[in-house]
Amino acid sequence: MNHRRKITVIAATTLLLSLAASSFLLHRVDQLRPQATLDEVLFLSSPAVIKRASLGYDGLMACIYWTRAVQYFGYRHHYHAASYNLLAPLLEITTRLDPHLIIAYEFGASFLSPQPPQGAGEPQRAVELMQYGIQQNPDNWRLYYDLGFVYYMDLRDYKKAAEIFQHGSQLPHAHPFLKILAAQMAQHAGEYDTARMLWSATYENTEDKQIKENAIEHLRALRVDEDVQHLQQAVTRFGERTGRLPENTAELAAAEHLPGIPLDPDGHPYKLTPEGRVEVRAPDDFPFATMGLPPGYTSRPALRDYH
Amino acid sequence: MKSSIPHIASNTFREAVRDRVLYNLIAFALLLSGAAILVGQISIEIEKLVVINLGLTAVSLFGVVIAIFIGIGLVSKEIEKRTLYTVLSRPVRRWEFIVGKFFGLAGTLTVNTFFMAIGVFAALFYVSHRFVRADALIFVALYFIILEFLIVCSLSLLFSSFSSPLLSAVFAFSLFVIGSFSADLRNFAAMAHGVSRWLATGAAYLVPNFSAFNVITSIAHEQPVAGQLILQNTLYALFYAAMALSGAVLIFEYRDLK
Repeated sequence: MNHRRKITVIAATTLLLSLAASSFLLHRVDQLRPQATLDEVLFLSSPAVIKRASLGYDGLMACIYWTRAVQYFGYRHHYHAASYNLLAPLLEITTRLDPHLIIAYEFGASFLSPQPPQGAGEPQRAVELMQYGIQQNPDNWRLYYDLGFVYYMDLRDYKKAAEIFQHGSQLPHAHPFLKILAAQMAQHAGEYDTARMLWSATYENTEDKQIKENAIEHLRALRVDEDVQHLQQAVTRFGERTGRLPENTAELAAAEHLPGIPLDPDGHPYKLTPEGRVEVRAPDDFPFATMGLPPGYTSRPALRDYH
Repeated sequence: MKSSIPHIASNTFREAVRDRVLYNLIAFALLLSGAAILVGQISIEIEKLVVINLGLTAVSLFGVVIAIFIGIGLVSKEIEKRTLYTVLSRPVRRWEFIVGKFFGLAGTLTVNTFFMAIGVFAALFYVSHRFVRADALIFVALYFIILEFLIVCSLSLLFSSFSSPLLSAVFAFSLFVIGSFSADLRNFAAMAHGVSRWLATGAAYLVPNFSAFNVITSIAHEQPVAGQLILQNTLYALFYAAMALSGAVLIFEYRDLK
């Protein structure tokens, strides 16, 4: 082996070994120092400053901040965090950088509005975000739909929701279902059918896979809530009639002349506890269900650090 | 007498290619293809927006960096290598040398932008699987970016004609940053009074208005660009570049090269 070849082999080997060693050590250092503060720090919180600093390339900056908001929400949501302190500022920066980034309003509201751990539990900030979106994009009927959705689902302000849907339905190219929603809201606010209609409309009016999956999850949860409510009423009736609780759902079904043993959306039979409570067998499969859950149930262990 | 400008321009272009300037295309291709694949996985519904925003921003920033770093050395390098004396000993006038250098650099950047544009459209096709009529608006953004390059090239040459490469880079880059805030500068001027108002207004009109050329965000949202803006931006860029180039010619004409 000549001298030059020898140097090449030694240098190449050293390079590869050093790269492997530094990667390994970095991994170890990361384990010693968890991402303590990075996730919770917004070094620049003023949208105006960030817009200036972007030197006119604010569209790209908006995409970066939107991705950051999605990642922030997704990570904390995954670990069922109890708070989402940076979510609203991240969305505010995103939409100030690019006021026409419609997806940031639509998703942002659905991140901000629901109660933790499903969302940040900040419906009022979701309303503010949507109002800014409508101000910047006054002809976009979808923003009215999303704002009405927040009023209906999270603020339970059915009158306001009906107003917003009505307003949105008058825009050019607005989807006709906004008119139906406005009417439905005025007459049957708070009913399962109305909520089902909203989620079905959400499912049908998006091409995004994740939005569709989210809508399906909500529709499944609605069915569970409705089933459990009906079954619980049947248990009460059974008790009043016989002076005892039914042994199981089969006895309940026979006594109430149900077409068969009641099944949840996954095809599993509902469970009847000795105390007469109707529950789903796999509550983790219905993250948005509000009924049929065991007492004190929390779906997955939350990360202690994320409160 | 036949003009030497085309010869100087083509030499400048060849020299830039020899200096491996077009290697930036590899970095650009990696950046864009990486973003196109990655963003779909880590974000929601902005794949196309990111490809357009990132693609055009990269075209613009890469081009500005090339324009500054090549432009500042166009004159000083020739003096340093003493090749300028050989050129000027032939029937080449000083102004022809400057104008030829300008066209050579502008040509390099146009070719670079052309290849980058192919990359942007390829990435766009990858994420959208089809082209729509509104995608043609990207050509307007690319055209504005080339106009922006003309101004940066002329400014780099202007600074290069009297200053060292390092200072020229600082001046040119500072003007690029200030030019991005020119609208703010005009707003500040409007708020001032008396002499300071006149001075601020003068400064606001003297620095290039780069924000006028940035239509990337609106084009990403498929918002059309007015024909009047295209026309007026074209004229503005041509006049501004002509102004800076004339300044470079004037300075270089009287520069003592001994």
